Amino acid sequence: MSNEYTSAEMMTVTAAKALENGMTCFVGIGLPSEAANLARLTHAPDVVLIYESGTLQTKPEVLPLSIGDGELCESALTTVSVPEMFRYWLQGGKVDVGFLGTAQIDRYCNLNTTLIGDYQAPKVRLPGGGGAPEIATSAGEVFITLKHSKRTFVNEVDFITTLGFGRDGKTRDGVPNIGKGPTRVITDLCVMKPDPETKELVVVSLHPGVTRDDVIEATGWEIRFAEQLETTPTPDARELEVLRDLKARTERKHAGEA
Amino acid sequence: MAEFLSLHDAVARYVEDGATVAMEGFTHLIPFAAGHEIIRQGKRDLTLIRMTPDLVYDQLIGAGCAKKLIFSWGGNPGVGSLHRLRDAVEKGWPHKVEIFEHSHAAMACAFEAGAAGLPLAVLRGYVGSELPSVNDQIKYIECPFTGERLAAVPSVRPDVSLVHAQKADRKGNVLVEGIIGVQKEAILAAGKSIVTVEEVVDDLEAGPNACVIPGWAIDAIAVAEKGAYPSYAHGYYPRDNRFYKDWDAIARDRDTFQTWLDDNVYNAGGQA
Repeated sequence: MSNEYTSAEMMTVTAAKALENGMTCFVGIGLPSEAANLARLTHAPDVVLIYESGTLQTKPEVLPLSIGDGELCESALTTVSVPEMFRYWLQGGKVDVGFLGTAQIDRYCNLNTTLIGDYQAPKVRLPGGGGAPEIATSAGEVFITLKHSKRTFVNEVDFITTLGFGRDGKTRDGVPNIGKGPTRVITDLCVMKPDPETKELVVVSLHPGVTRDDVIEATGWEIRFAEQLETTPTPDARELEVLRDLKARTERKHAGEA
Repeated sequence: MAEFLSLHDAVARYVEDGATVAMEGFTHLIPFAAGHEIIRQGKRDLTLIRMTPDLVYDQLIGAGCAKKLIFSWGGNPGVGSLHRLRDAVEKGWPHKVEIFEHSHAAMACAFEAGAAGLPLAVLRGYVGSELPSVNDQIKYIECPFTGERLAAVPSVRPDVSLVHAQKADRKGNVLVEGIIGVQKEAILAAGKSIVTVEEVVDDLEAGPNACVIPGWAIDAIAVAEKGAYPSYAHGYYPRDNRFYKDWDAIARDRDTFQTWLDDNVYNAGGQA
């Protein structure tokens, strides 16, 4: 059965599939939150979603606009203080996967959400780190999802807010009590994974209809492709239906609020 | 013992020019009414502490109240930038604001350490991040037992903390419900504390493990109905997401912001 879908839907559905049922996931706001909730509403009903506002095991009916929406608290198993969330649940090693977005990413999966330009005289000031710096190091592994473009996929990030593997790919080596770091990056064009040795990102799967050149043109460094390059499975009818319902519900809810 | 004051009198008494001020509430229960009162009273040279500056600090910074900002995520949640914060950092308008930037984990630990009366917080944090290279308030210590290298940040010990809560009883005990953020830590870490509440009730009807802050640990309580608007108060009113979106256009332009400030803060009364 063929389904019409957008590249944004392709990205969200693919990102959702990365989450396995029963995983404990510390969720970033925006695209990661959309993907994590789609996973929960489709193949992973027992995925445990945690947001940094302290909401533990939350099951929002609509996507939150902010990380601390009332919806997250009302649908959570319990809500803890923010220090407890970061100290016991994240630093304590209870999180399998951190799901993050970013403004910039480089070949070693370092993330920049701090600024464009120089720190003392920024061209563009971005919001900053939030929970990400410790989510990326304390969670068992990290999934990253963002739209693919030369603006976001840069040769070297202007600032490492959040560690991927460092400027040389080796910063995690020998550090005790640290997670595996990024294990996959999902964009609207492809899926990438770090090379097991060098930690440099490698394209492992192209979305249907996307060419190597499309990815090369949207990436700020000479991107490598896996020898066994796969084609990402297309979204099925149910995944698309659930995603569209979720987004429509969300839009109605946020538009209807006075 | 908590004293019931008007918001005007509480701010006038406890918030001094040059003070270090924490106004907490993690997306929820953000003390906007208290922030507007600080703006109306023209407080200056404040060191502002908040994990997420949010619109409330965008307003204080744009109004010229801030000298320094200590924070960990400075965006308009779900919308984009805080334009008044950016204008101050990027262009020095209305004047330059010095920033000390952390991660959420470090700020949360720093509030907790402040409440615990410790000089520093220790965490497994900032590994590989370049934040320590631009913030000299982030250092490292070696665990004396395992030798592990851990991050250390100074505890947060504000001169005054301001938070908003759902309700107080007549003795000034306060109940905070829903997303409780670091409100309790902010109060306990501070030299003086002001809590604004939606209402005063005879009985808090709090369960045994509820987040209740005893009246004797608070200095002033002021009733401020809808005091967290446009953020929300669990059980009272929802977040006005539309206002958060509208703020983007209001705050983007200096004149539009100034007009908004005149209409909604300077000329909007407050309670004497």
